[in-house]
Amino acid sequence: MFLARVVGTVVATHKDPRLESLKLLLVVPVTPEGKDEGGYHVAVDTVSAGPRETVICVSGSSARMAHGIGDRPVDTAIIGIVDSAHLDEA
Amino acid sequence: MDLARVVGTVVSTVKDPQLSGIKLLLIRPVDPQGQFTGSAMIALDAVGAGSGETVFYVTGKEASFAFLPQHVPADVSVVAIVDQVDECTDARGKRRQT
Repeated sequence: MFLARVVGTVVATHKDPRLESLKLLLVVPVTPEGKDEGGYHVAVDTVSAGPRETVICVSGSSARMAHGIGDRPVDTAIIGIVDSAHLDEA
Repeated sequence: MDLARVVGTVVSTVKDPQLSGIKLLLIRPVDPQGQFTGSAMIALDAVGAGSGETVFYVTGKEASFAFLPQHVPADVSVVAIVDQVDECTDARGKRRQT
């Protein structure tokens, strides 16, 4: 699982029917300090995250175990909104 | 499964209902000597690991098996706290070079 920040939304009209009614967000992985790590992912939002929020993403087949995903063709899901990420070591 | 060190924690109130009551850790992969080899990631804690401890973690769907019979959306789980790592040396007493 990785920390990411929501940077946008993704709209797709023509898609796999099993993706209908899922909210798609654009996220960028970030470090615990909040710095961008590069790259983008399209993630299915299961927790009603909003723009600029830091979130927890799960990838791979585990994403299908997120709430409401079931057997949809999804490999990245947002499963939590981060209140705080605390680093114990500098 | 790979070695890592616990470097922090993550707090999340709004999250998947299956995650409630499970501790979220920030871990960084380390080599057997304890040097960091990768960047931080979030892991679910299945063993009660604490900050600064060396652990090993499992990735992929198998990470969720640590919490069975609950079906938890996890792809990284800490499944053991490491007491000790001993690396073999070659005939000249040298460690394998990485």
